[in-house]
Amino acid sequence: MPELTTKILSNYFGVDKAWTYDFYVGHGGYETAKKVLSSMEPDAVTEEVKTSGLRGRGGAGFPTGLKWSFLAKPEGKPRYLCINADESEPGTFKDRQIMEWDPHMLIEGMIISSFALGVHTAFVYIRGEFHLPEVHLSQAVEECYAKGVLGKDVLGTGYALDIVVHRGAGAYICGEETALLESLEGKRGYPRLKPPFPAVEGLFGCPTIINNVESIANIPWILANGGEAYKGFGTEKSPGTRLYCVSGHVNRPGVYEAELGIPLMTLINEHAGGVRGGKKLKAVIPGGSSTPVLTPEQCADLTLCYEGVAAAGSMLGSGGVIVMDEDTDMVKVLVNLLRFYSHESCGQCSPCREGTGWLYKTMKNLLYGKGEAGELAKIEDIASNMENRTVCPLAAAATMPTRSYLKHFRLEFEAYLKQMELAGQR
Amino acid sequence: MKKEYPAEVQARFEAAVAKYPHKKAATLTCLWIAQETDGHVTLEAMEYIADLLEIPVTHIYAVVGFYSMYTTKPLGKYHIQVCHTLSCELMGAEGIIDHLKQRLGINVGETTPDGLFTLSGVECLASCGTAPMCQINRAYYENLTPEIVDQILDQLRKEATVHA
Repeated sequence: MPELTTKILSNYFGVDKAWTYDFYVGHGGYETAKKVLSSMEPDAVTEEVKTSGLRGRGGAGFPTGLKWSFLAKPEGKPRYLCINADESEPGTFKDRQIMEWDPHMLIEGMIISSFALGVHTAFVYIRGEFHLPEVHLSQAVEECYAKGVLGKDVLGTGYALDIVVHRGAGAYICGEETALLESLEGKRGYPRLKPPFPAVEGLFGCPTIINNVESIANIPWILANGGEAYKGFGTEKSPGTRLYCVSGHVNRPGVYEAELGIPLMTLINEHAGGVRGGKKLKAVIPGGSSTPVLTPEQCADLTLCYEGVAAAGSMLGSGGVIVMDEDTDMVKVLVNLLRFYSHESCGQCSPCREGTGWLYKTMKNLLYGKGEAGELAKIEDIASNMENRTVCPLAAAATMPTRSYLKHFRLEFEAYLKQMELAGQR
Repeated sequence: MKKEYPAEVQARFEAAVAKYPHKKAATLTCLWIAQETDGHVTLEAMEYIADLLEIPVTHIYAVVGFYSMYTTKPLGKYHIQVCHTLSCELMGAEGIIDHLKQRLGINVGETTPDGLFTLSGVECLASCGTAPMCQINRAYYENLTPEIVDQILDQLRKEATVHA
């Protein structure tokens, strides 16, 4: 099983002191950045990233090199790079590992990316709850300034780059890229209407690229080994490896790096040690709580790549795989997720602000035996009135899974209704 | 009365402002400094930050209200925040919260009369692989069981007596 040994990102996870400058440089760190900044043209870097086929690891899977090529380059305006380290999609805990164990890998990726984009100030937006990741990353940034890796003369190449670590303060919505920009500007995290896209008008009104931590952590490897070599991993449409996060009812939950295209059941059974307690599998969320849930039948032949999960009607998303065993009450699961979305709706658009709360209340009533007949039809009606009527995708992140639970586990929802009817007759 | 901070705290505020191309962008960072210094975000601190950043104080109120981690009320010395989102719930977060309620004699959202502990339920803290878990002040405590929770509480009580 070669998947277990394919490592680009997680080589030093769990290794003591791997987060220090000395360790990183001792293992060849910053050599690639030095080579790139002293011998390559910025556009050639972007081309190499395009060749690699790297797709964004935050959730949407947009090709990173292509995104970079959209960056507007007007005269007299700075450009910015923002790293999205607001990791808050339920079931996702991988970016945190990168920042905790190997923050210099992220910084080297940021140096190379900033050079490609002509950026001289880059930000890391890190979620407010993260403490150890923030400490290790901030220490790493300080070390870099002290060693001449950051600042006015990066690695002696004459290129100037500052990195600012910006701490959020608790808001799921700030992982949405335009909400992240608002928050970085010191405001509430209300998503912006697009267009204008951030690549044209982003942070402080300037052209801005926003990339996920894991995406940028791949950049040093790609520039060291070439985009073609990167394409040697994964599938044609989903090159490379991914940090899969496995949680829920498995024997060995954790972060596992494997090639894109690995069978879901291999990840669950071999990497994560199978379903806990010898129980049967009931359901899997493949890519964070916003992605539609899958049944064991759908999981059987599923490969974890963007196109594979899409073909099954869900999404690879953020790589957060949540496993549920046969004892799981799916109504309770949906109530839990709807509480999350109603809590995290930013409140800017009424269909989402009211809709998420209404969905949560309706499902909670069903769970506690206080619902009414026709409740399931009402849920679908509310969902229809939320989708495509809001600035950002949070409403859809609540309705898409909702529909999938009702579709695949309808009998369980109907059983709750039936119980209520019987109780009413007594 | 206008809020005054000691010189070293003032220096932190000024360093925060210097980090950004626009003053307003320092809002979140300044609120963190105020909360860390005062234990919670006070009205006076909000006015101080509004003055410093040259923005209306209503903007600061809105920001404080929006983000879940700022608090305008004093909390216990230890703020126990149990994650109750899906992966943690699947692994028994409800039982951990019930155990804490019973051991502390308070409900979620309350503080113990001795001012030592505040108990909260919070949404996903990105620690799903080590569920159930909680965050106490800034530190993560993972793979919780009722026994481990008891040990943590004992440890914190001891720590509080030593520092009292």
